[in-house]
Amino acid sequence: MNKGFNRGLALHMRENSVRYKRKLYSGLMRLIIYFLLIGIGIVFLYPVLYMIVYSFKSLPDLVNPTIEWIPSRLYLENYRKALVVLDYGRSLMVTVIQVSLQTLLQTISCALAGYGLARHNIPYKKLWLVFVVLAFLIPSQVTLIPKYLMFNNYGLVGSPLSILLPAAFGQGVSSSVFVLVFHQFFSGYPLSFDEAARIDGAGSFRVFYKIALPICIPAVIVSLLFSFVWFWNETYLSGLLLGEDFRTLPMKLQSFVDEFNRSFGSVKGSVDKVNESIRLAATLLVVSPLLILYLVLQRQFIEGIESSGITGE
Amino acid sequence: MKKNKTAGMRIREIRNGYLFFAPWLIGFFAFTLFPFLYSVYLSFSDVTISPTEGIKSSYVGFKWYIEALTVDPTYTISLFDTLRFIVLSTPMIVVAALLLALLLSGKYKGRTLFRAIFFFPVIIISGPVVAELLNSDAAAVINPENYVIYDFIRSLPEVISAPLLYIFDNIVLILWFSGVQVIMFLAGLQKIGLPIREAASIDGASGWQMFWKIYLPFLKPLILLNTIYTIVLLSGFASNAVNGEIVNKMKLTGRVYGYSSALSWIYFVILAALLGVSFLLLRPGKGKSIE
Repeated sequence: MNKGFNRGLALHMRENSVRYKRKLYSGLMRLIIYFLLIGIGIVFLYPVLYMIVYSFKSLPDLVNPTIEWIPSRLYLENYRKALVVLDYGRSLMVTVIQVSLQTLLQTISCALAGYGLARHNIPYKKLWLVFVVLAFLIPSQVTLIPKYLMFNNYGLVGSPLSILLPAAFGQGVSSSVFVLVFHQFFSGYPLSFDEAARIDGAGSFRVFYKIALPICIPAVIVSLLFSFVWFWNETYLSGLLLGEDFRTLPMKLQSFVDEFNRSFGSVKGSVDKVNESIRLAATLLVVSPLLILYLVLQRQFIEGIESSGITGE
Repeated sequence: MKKNKTAGMRIREIRNGYLFFAPWLIGFFAFTLFPFLYSVYLSFSDVTISPTEGIKSSYVGFKWYIEALTVDPTYTISLFDTLRFIVLSTPMIVVAALLLALLLSGKYKGRTLFRAIFFFPVIIISGPVVAELLNSDAAAVINPENYVIYDFIRSLPEVISAPLLYIFDNIVLILWFSGVQVIMFLAGLQKIGLPIREAASIDGASGWQMFWKIYLPFLKPLILLNTIYTIVLLSGFASNAVNGEIVNKMKLTGRVYGYSSALSWIYFVILAALLGVSFLLLRPGKGKSIE
């Protein structure tokens, strides 16, 4: 007797235990995921933490094996020297101005190109899109020498024009990516928008910047942000083309040791030698404007890629 | 949409289209395609520069190519180092990016924070910065000598131990180069609709099965895209040994420009082959399992 009840109880208990197990399982999974995320996060941040700590170390701290993560005192001399050697104020201004101009020119040229391809049924469109992809795949080291020769011929080596011209014609760093992003965005809204404006008497350039651009603001933001960051970090080609007066912060970092010796090392018998701490202070100074930009606009950077449509299709 | 277009409108459309596209097209020919082809020419030439006659060049055939691969004491070493770096790192970066994206794809607190942390290296990574990191010990998170596991791995057969040791030594670089790819995978994962996932889990699919049967086929085009992106990113990176060689040997006396162009072309041909192989391995339409 009571078989039915027993069975019901057993069933109930089993259900309970399944639910309990599932809860335990998902809790455990969550724990593992957090554990992994935090561990990996530490690996990601480790170099920056290391740089920050070491940049505050004085020479005795640096060679003292017992001091690893906490410097004995807050030593700011490294930063003072790095600021002098990098010629920080001036270099920062040069970098920001040049990079902003490149960014602006690249965004305009890529937006125009993307719009031309997306909203007009032009002959050879497929071929042009293949060209856009090709431009991405042709590496800069192959075109480096002819570019140098070409600008040399026109007397433009050393002048900022040598990096601004390619940007103005859509051949800057990863330009193709932005042409494709714009193409994707401009293809994505109804043709009737343009036609309505045209019937109202707008010329085609007016349609572009009054109708198309405002609709595709996210693409503009992606292009501006990533162009800025990638131009800032590009040193290979521009390091060759830009003159002494126009060298950007990353280029200054590249030749930091030489410039340090020029500023401090020449004094006879002086103990002023460049060390790891000074170099890391300089590195932090070079990346900090970008880090600040990222702290403020972190969302736009990431959502930009997500919405760029590159992942689609 | 274009049923009532007159010939005049059609011509205007083409003209306008080309007006918008012209700057890019001119730039492509002037700053990309022409230099690209010109460097082929240079790589087969002996270039001399004199103040009176300007630049003159004469055809030398494969001379520079042969010298680069047989005589040059440093080029082949740099080439080998760089290619090893690309070939070993690319799959690891793509796999790491996929795993990180899977980790980030769940719903839990702090997700955006971790996403932001995983992405920040994209913002600051540049040749000089990476060079400084490698120069100090800032990128050496795991000091392998401190761990017993390191000795254990070392005792394994080399086929297994070499890649593992490589991961240990380069973990920071592998992760730092994976930011954009993580976000692309993440966006891809979010496009796998909830209905599909629910249907699969009702049918009793485990997480493991879902990964292999649903996520992976769905992400396949992205894996190809990310692989190509990673190869292009790594090969063009300014701190690469080969890229350094190309610039440093640009003005060698007696072989200005020509020799360096040959160096860049050897590198480019190998990279193109690498891209071709990855495309063939991951090409769409192969092994379609869901439709």
